[in-house]
Amino acid sequence: MTDERDHDARRRRRESELTPETEMGLAPAGATAGAEIASAAGAAGWSPDALLVEHRSLWGEIWRRLLRDKFAILGLVIIAVLVFIAVFAPWIAPHDPTQQYSEGLTMQGMPVGSNSEFWLGTDPLGRDMLSRLMYGARVSLTVGVLANGFALVLGVIFGLTAGYFRGWIETLLMRMTDVMMAFPIFLFAIALSTAINKTSIWVLVLVIGIVYWTPMTRVIHGEVLSIREKEFVDAARLTGCTSPRILFRHILPHLVAPIIVYTSLGIATTILFESTLSYIGLGVQPPTPSWGQMISEGQPYYLSAPHLVLYPGLCIMITVLAFNLVGDGLRDAFDPRQRRK
Amino acid sequence: MSAGVPTSERAAAPSGDTLVTVEDLRVHFPITSGVVLQRKVGAVQAVDGLDFRIMRGETLGLVGESGCGKSTTGRAILQLIRPTTGRVLYEGGDLAHLAGKRLRQQRKRMQMIFQDPYASLNGRMTIADIIGEPLLVHRMGTRRERKAKVRELLETVGINPNTLNRYPHEFSGGQRQRIGIARALAVEPNFIVCDEPISALDVSIRAQIINLLQKLQREFGLTYLFIAHDLSVVRHISDRVAVMYLGRIVELAENAELYETPMHPYTQALLSAVPIPDPAAEELRRPVVLTGDVPSPVDPPSGCRFHTRCPAAKPGLCDVEDPKLTEVRPGHYAACHLISATDYPHIRAGEDDLAVVAETPPEAGETP
Repeated sequence: MTDERDHDARRRRRESELTPETEMGLAPAGATAGAEIASAAGAAGWSPDALLVEHRSLWGEIWRRLLRDKFAILGLVIIAVLVFIAVFAPWIAPHDPTQQYSEGLTMQGMPVGSNSEFWLGTDPLGRDMLSRLMYGARVSLTVGVLANGFALVLGVIFGLTAGYFRGWIETLLMRMTDVMMAFPIFLFAIALSTAINKTSIWVLVLVIGIVYWTPMTRVIHGEVLSIREKEFVDAARLTGCTSPRILFRHILPHLVAPIIVYTSLGIATTILFESTLSYIGLGVQPPTPSWGQMISEGQPYYLSAPHLVLYPGLCIMITVLAFNLVGDGLRDAFDPRQRRK
Repeated sequence: MSAGVPTSERAAAPSGDTLVTVEDLRVHFPITSGVVLQRKVGAVQAVDGLDFRIMRGETLGLVGESGCGKSTTGRAILQLIRPTTGRVLYEGGDLAHLAGKRLRQQRKRMQMIFQDPYASLNGRMTIADIIGEPLLVHRMGTRRERKAKVRELLETVGINPNTLNRYPHEFSGGQRQRIGIARALAVEPNFIVCDEPISALDVSIRAQIINLLQKLQREFGLTYLFIAHDLSVVRHISDRVAVMYLGRIVELAENAELYETPMHPYTQALLSAVPIPDPAAEELRRPVVLTGDVPSPVDPPSGCRFHTRCPAAKPGLCDVEDPKLTEVRPGHYAACHLISATDYPHIRAGEDDLAVVAETPPEAGETP
């Protein structure tokens, strides 16, 4: 309330000092914005600095808040490192990931552990683990991000449509979602990739995206159902907004938090799913390395050479953790109520 | 004012010119059952046959208990909820059959002020975007002109115009309500539905908002439909008052007339429940306590909807025949069988039980 009174007092001060024309805020068309602000500020005794503070953009503010979160920064750093490794793998990898080195195997034909030549040891075929992990980051990140992005786009489109328009389209889309969720997705993915009868990263992205759009659809649908009943949506309709405008300007911005949280979790899930598909031979084909494929190849040796399973497992874990940390940080940053002065 | 009853313009504001006409407005929300094949098993008759007019420049108060359909009425007039049947004429044109672009165009002329200033502003938009959006979607003015207009509107409602790049959560409830009012004013409407605009506000802020609404009405010649459950606020702001009960208007009269000579037993009961800020008078006040709850609008009582709780109800008449809203005195409409040209039921709470006394109202001699 003191705030409101303060404004009233300022307003009265302005009213006494300004001519009616400027008071109405109808500056002549030729006047520059700067002059307008300056005159308003000058007349009422506000400092121009105070105005500048208010000109922060929402995204800038979110970025600033995200950078205050130590764990989010840690996640961002890990993701940045992973992306760097994935992009520059051909230049920074110490060895060729598909080259089988004779010195990479013991006399008994077992993989070697860490040494100065092979920093993280070798795999059962004598290939350098570190190089393979670096190249594996390419597959995991690409498939994780793209497949999840595809699932996200499908989920948002279906969820928004079902939740906003209701009626028969809602029944159709949501029952379809139910059917998809009731279906064993693993079998579905196998059937789908067999039907496509090709194996590449793009097929993986397509298959995983088609399999994983359902959770996002449900989440978005539920959120839209609650948001569309809010009074600001009524207000938007009353002001003459069209449905697309209401959907994208008023409803979608409120979905950012759940979208981000589910994306961060979804990337983790899709990376795991990619690993699983690679494990049963429907993913990336050897000799191209992927983390999941490396775990499955190392599985028989887990007692004698645990690093075969340990390192790719750690890679998956660290990647998943990093995306979750950033997702959490973003969720907090997006909540305007948490904004500090 | 239904088909059979001659309408009267005598209750009009001085200009005497009708802005909004509501004819036989019904809003029924279907109740469905079944998972895939949804069958309609009933309907919530939220609004069930309203006929009234809103005169240009007046404030029509709409009061009633929670759930009586007053907010639904406001929303149905603005086509936020589509009426099941009936017509809403705005300056003679029917809104109920408009859709798409033509409806959006009409919306420039009527706006709403919402109850909850926290839910009615989009928290992801700045104040400038919220107030400027109506101007943007109706393509009014250039970017610069819109910005100037937003500043002007903020000044009008008493908010520092240099806060326009802030977000709603940075404002108090009263300030948010002012922002909502500024948004409603942006398209320069003639008619504003105020849906309990002060119910969610602190008592200390309410008077400020009421004063602002009255100031704006004078400045811009606005017409209000003022929905509230607070009788004293409605008395303060309204020119005429309509009382709703279970989806119907039971009484409609000019402000002073309604508060001084309420004719419908429900209105009498409502008014008797208002505390009087005078200890002596308050000591003598005998509120009529209605028994029972408001019946369900899914299955409203036969005949007069109030007969289940009415202390004056006559068996065989009130529970059988549905009373029409009739002009019982010039400009005074009521829907009750017990009101004749010279008589109306006057209910009073006695010491022990409710006594119903038929009295001749002092001024009723003029009617034949």
